[in-house]
Amino acid sequence: MDAQGPILVAAGLHKRFGALVVLDGVDLAIAAGEAIGIVGPNGAGKTTLLSVLSGAQQPNGGSISFKGGDVTALSAPVRCRLGLARTHQIPRPFSCMTVFENVYVAASQGGGFSRDESYSRVTDSLALCGMLDIANRPAEALGLLDRKRLELARALATGPSLLLLDEIGGGLTDAEASELVETIRELRRRGIGIVWIEHIVHVLLQVAERLICMNAGKIIADGEPASVMANREVVEAYLGGSAP
Amino acid sequence: MINSLIQGILLGGYYALIASGLSFMFSVMRIINLAHGSLAVLAGYLLFVLAQRFGISPFYGLLIVLPVMAAIGFLLQRFVLDRSLRAGPLVPILATFGLAIVVDNLLFQQFGADTRSLAPYIGTLSYDSFELPGGIYVGALAVYIFVTAVVVLGGLQLLLSFTAIGRAIRATAEDPETAGLVGIDSRLVNAVAAAIALVTVGLAGAALGMRATFDAYAGGTQLLFAFEAAVIGGAGSVWGTLIGGIVLALAQSFGAQISPLGFLIAGHAVFLIVLFARIFLPRLILMRRRA
Repeated sequence: MDAQGPILVAAGLHKRFGALVVLDGVDLAIAAGEAIGIVGPNGAGKTTLLSVLSGAQQPNGGSISFKGGDVTALSAPVRCRLGLARTHQIPRPFSCMTVFENVYVAASQGGGFSRDESYSRVTDSLALCGMLDIANRPAEALGLLDRKRLELARALATGPSLLLLDEIGGGLTDAEASELVETIRELRRRGIGIVWIEHIVHVLLQVAERLICMNAGKIIADGEPASVMANREVVEAYLGGSAP
Repeated sequence: MINSLIQGILLGGYYALIASGLSFMFSVMRIINLAHGSLAVLAGYLLFVLAQRFGISPFYGLLIVLPVMAAIGFLLQRFVLDRSLRAGPLVPILATFGLAIVVDNLLFQQFGADTRSLAPYIGTLSYDSFELPGGIYVGALAVYIFVTAVVVLGGLQLLLSFTAIGRAIRATAEDPETAGLVGIDSRLVNAVAAAIALVTVGLAGAALGMRATFDAYAGGTQLLFAFEAAVIGGAGSVWGTLIGGIVLALAQSFGAQISPLGFLIAGHAVFLIVLFARIFLPRLILMRRRA
């Protein structure tokens, strides 16, 4: 892992929406197979960071390299085929399709797998997310937990080496969240790197080995989870521990 | 009575055929292609030139014309519609309107005002007929066109439901951004969808040229029929398009029974009734429920 060098390197990322600066010089290096948690107050730029990394949005400045190649100018589908997948905070299934079709379209297009391999990928992803028994249900009929699972299964089916998760645990009960943690741990065992934005910190810390805290478009702390959570700046910005 | 019913249904096959591409493009790209009729007429002229100058039967001519139409669709989407869509939903409509004018006038410049037909190049098919019990004759060509429409619509349905490209098309139609994030190149997918739509336009142009005459400005009328059939059938629904074509054609053929002018008037009337019912019935039902 250490010998290969980082799988993803972002340098000096800037993103503005009009006058609003959302990312203000973000530098980030992610090692292959690493599990990183991202926390921070609302509006810190966490989701925008994932959007820029995945290619859904173009940065105004800075560069991103993935697996040793510069991907800054590449579109989202191309990055996806290189092995960079993401999920949305608010699940966006293709509601006109069944669960199976949702995942199949990701495997065949995003993974570029053949028909047979796509089928086995889909089965595998659905099994991993506990959705095999509802594979033929229309996606629009799913509840929140299943929508979140589908979001994950669909990203998985593209065969990612790095998975960007945006608040996949939000709105779930504790039991549901811990089920999700089990799934994500299994992904790690398979060597898939994780970058996970989550507000439920205790859930996040069950998986993350490295924690990043963002505030106002900047990374204000990055390192071992316990030390980041103890960082004074983090406490002030995020946890509101020592409010003035 | 039964005769006009049967003739009406068969004519509906032609309307469904020409409406299928329009409705497909609308359901996938949310683009109303106002050049639809003109492009069908263009396909008719291409077949005509192949038949007249090179003696190629229109049926073999399709082997050349359909790929050409597919290429036109791909390039049109890639270089015109895709760009204009970024400027809002109205701009592609204007772009296709402009394209219709350009195509019509280029055809006029090239071929003049004479009406043409492919009928002289398809042998006896233009007047062959089947006799049904009860002494009713139906044109063989009309039957073949109807069958073609069913096959095209069924093919589109199968393509959307069961193939990888079909699923990618549906995913892109619903949410292009998310489609991108699962690795679907939505620009490419839309260009392929436009190519497919224009293949159906090529078939419709061939049907138009074989069953009737056309001139350089015939596109507008064809667009109107296609649009009416698509709206009556519920724009975007594959089998609805067939029903829509048949309803339009039945209205026209019964209208023609009443008066020679009734052909077009009855068609337009049914279209308007369905359109207003679509808009106002749901509101009426909602108001009833609330009351």
